[in-house]
Amino acid sequence: MATVPLAHHFRTPAQQHHAALLGMWMFLITEVLLFGAVFLGYVVYRANPALHGGFVAASEHLGQSVFGFEHVPFLGAFNTVILLGSSFTMALAVRAAQVGNQSSLVRNLGLTMILGTIFLGIKAYEYHHDWDIGLIPGFKFDKAAWAGTGVDARHVELFFVFYFVLTGLHAIHMFIGMGLLGVLWVRSRMGRFGREYYTPIELAGLYWHFVDVVWIFLYPLLYLIRH
Amino acid sequence: MSTVAYSPPKAEPIPVAGDYGPETRVDYINCAWGVRSWLLTVDHKRIALLYLFAITAMFFLGGAFAVLIRIELLTPKSDLFEPDTYNRMFTMHGIVMTFFFLIPGVPSVLGNFLLPIMLGAKDLAFPKLNLASWYIYILGCLLTLAGIIWGGIDTGWTFYTPYSTRSAHTSVMPVAVGVLVLGFSSILTALNFIVTTHTMRAPGLTWFKLPLFVWSSYATSLVVMLGTPVITTTLVLVAVERFAGVGIFDPKAGGDPVLFQHLFWFYSHPAVYIMILPAMGVISELVTAFSRKTIFGYQFVAFASMAIAVFGFLVWGHHMFVSGQSPYASTIFSLISYVVAIPSAVKVFNWTATLYKGSISWATPMLYAIGFIGLFTIGGLTGLVLASPPVDVHVTDTYFVVAHFHYVMVGGTIMAYMGGLHYWWPKMTGRMYPEGWAKAAALLVFFGFNLTFFPQFLVGYAGMNRRYASYVDEFQVLNVLSTAGASILGFGFLLPFGYFGWSLRYAKAAGPNPWGATGLEWTTESPPPPHNFEVTPTVTLPPYEYATHN
Repeated sequence: MATVPLAHHFRTPAQQHHAALLGMWMFLITEVLLFGAVFLGYVVYRANPALHGGFVAASEHLGQSVFGFEHVPFLGAFNTVILLGSSFTMALAVRAAQVGNQSSLVRNLGLTMILGTIFLGIKAYEYHHDWDIGLIPGFKFDKAAWAGTGVDARHVELFFVFYFVLTGLHAIHMFIGMGLLGVLWVRSRMGRFGREYYTPIELAGLYWHFVDVVWIFLYPLLYLIRH
Repeated sequence: MSTVAYSPPKAEPIPVAGDYGPETRVDYINCAWGVRSWLLTVDHKRIALLYLFAITAMFFLGGAFAVLIRIELLTPKSDLFEPDTYNRMFTMHGIVMTFFFLIPGVPSVLGNFLLPIMLGAKDLAFPKLNLASWYIYILGCLLTLAGIIWGGIDTGWTFYTPYSTRSAHTSVMPVAVGVLVLGFSSILTALNFIVTTHTMRAPGLTWFKLPLFVWSSYATSLVVMLGTPVITTTLVLVAVERFAGVGIFDPKAGGDPVLFQHLFWFYSHPAVYIMILPAMGVISELVTAFSRKTIFGYQFVAFASMAIAVFGFLVWGHHMFVSGQSPYASTIFSLISYVVAIPSAVKVFNWTATLYKGSISWATPMLYAIGFIGLFTIGGLTGLVLASPPVDVHVTDTYFVVAHFHYVMVGGTIMAYMGGLHYWWPKMTGRMYPEGWAKAAALLVFFGFNLTFFPQFLVGYAGMNRRYASYVDEFQVLNVLSTAGASILGFGFLLPFGYFGWSLRYAKAAGPNPWGATGLEWTTESPPPPHNFEVTPTVTLPPYEYATHN
């Protein structure tokens, strides 16, 4: 049975658990503001009539001619499904920890990590593709490709700045989440968690769901809307 | 009669070596020795002292830049520095003072030390995060210092784009990243304070029995948590723009510099309340302790802190009256700026009403507190003048604005910080400071401050622009007065540096409660034991019960 490590300054395990949960929620609030500021910039620019054409054209370019799918953000859609699936397995892992089901806990943490890895792999492939066709602002941006299309290449570049800042920030959060899950997976295998003590699993779950929710906003705003 | 009823001692071992003599009692300072025990400590009291050292160093660095600015402004011509160098001086003064002293000052030093003790807790909820926040602060300091040494920065503390991203050939990157890193330190401290206030209160310590310092720290922490991530993002975008050479805020590439200003002030106006709210909490403690009365209108003062935190987020546009913001937006921002003055005024009225018929004693902390009330009122009222767009357009970027925010920041925050440091110094170190020297320093600070900044109202209203190394000859008299005041002010700040150091070794021991004040921090030893209380206190009375206390 897992024992509860009670830090010296807490009176009861319940107090410790409550503090940890509240701390994570507070942290996630700061994260909302962190992403929110970039979202705000993106939305303000996208709504700006002067930039709108460039942003729409750039947005249509996401996922274009990947695996032969024309104008369908296929990889983004696939990644959305993957990430939602990982949130599901994460929720199962938290539940497994709460009811003390060791094998289910280890299995679901592992599944969550596998799904996270697939997500990041696809994201890396997308970035690689963007590099190939010259969509990296400031470093490898093919301005000439946009000549004669009626849109200002600099506006397209501006869209991709936001695309990379938003998806990049999201990917960094994914990497941190994967690291957390890796540590928890090892500790789960050592039988550290159970019905009495599952706080770290629950915290990692909150974090993971949050990163997932960010993608739920990110995907339609960047990939889907066409006007 | 004590304000605090102790629960019966439990059978746990009490960390006392031998007798209760001053030499043998185990406290948080003598419980462990060596550099390691300090650099790896998770004790909030030790971390507060670590912060005290770092923040004092940054304060004197920022002060040194201020001295150089004032020397340059002795004469109308730019003779000590080239204008380019002068631009670096005021920028680095602003950045160091704002981000590295005023924002973390009161929360990280006094808050860190006091919050858990005032709550009757053994530590903050997340002691390791607390230590991490100090290291992140140091990392931010080092990055910024690297930028200062490596060419300096001349963008103004506001990093306005596109100048900061395109034109400035100075070390914008390390300083911007330093300030960004510093934000994480603020966030961790704020998160810790909020969770601690919610979850770590001693038995019986309900929300409306909390000391007002806790209320204001709590309100401040909310502002930090909701504002700081936005400046983080903004600086990330500035760094990306500078690093990749793209035009996020550059109109040439379709970007919008006004968006930068909105994002910047969305944090940096609330940051003003991050600086002043904890200071207000300190003043509530000082005013009650030295007039030996309960605070007038406790709940009004507590809710005023929360109101300031909320309304503080809705007024940022008053920094942008001349930035091409629509007149409708300016009008609304102006009106809300007037509204935010109400809770501040409520506090001033309540402190004044607390003084009324109080048994006032003029110890050094009280001198600072009274100074605060007067100077903050002047700073606040001139803020109302500036919140009116027609007047603001007239005096934008003049010394009138400089004088206004120095009345709030120096006359407000630093006065409260100094007052609080004197008030809790006996608790932090176990030693009294020398009262005569301290009073002299407090008076020097007060007179030096007024002589420095009052002339700036006049010279600013007469039309002297800020951020220029040279000015027209007519303004010289007022500038000489200001520089003379600054030298007095600087001396007033150096004095405590000397006598605080002296007091550590030679001053008389303070005892648990040298002021006869209420509050949990005065019920434990000075300096407190490693876990603050020998037994967890149980609180039965509201704070500031001086009537029953005496």
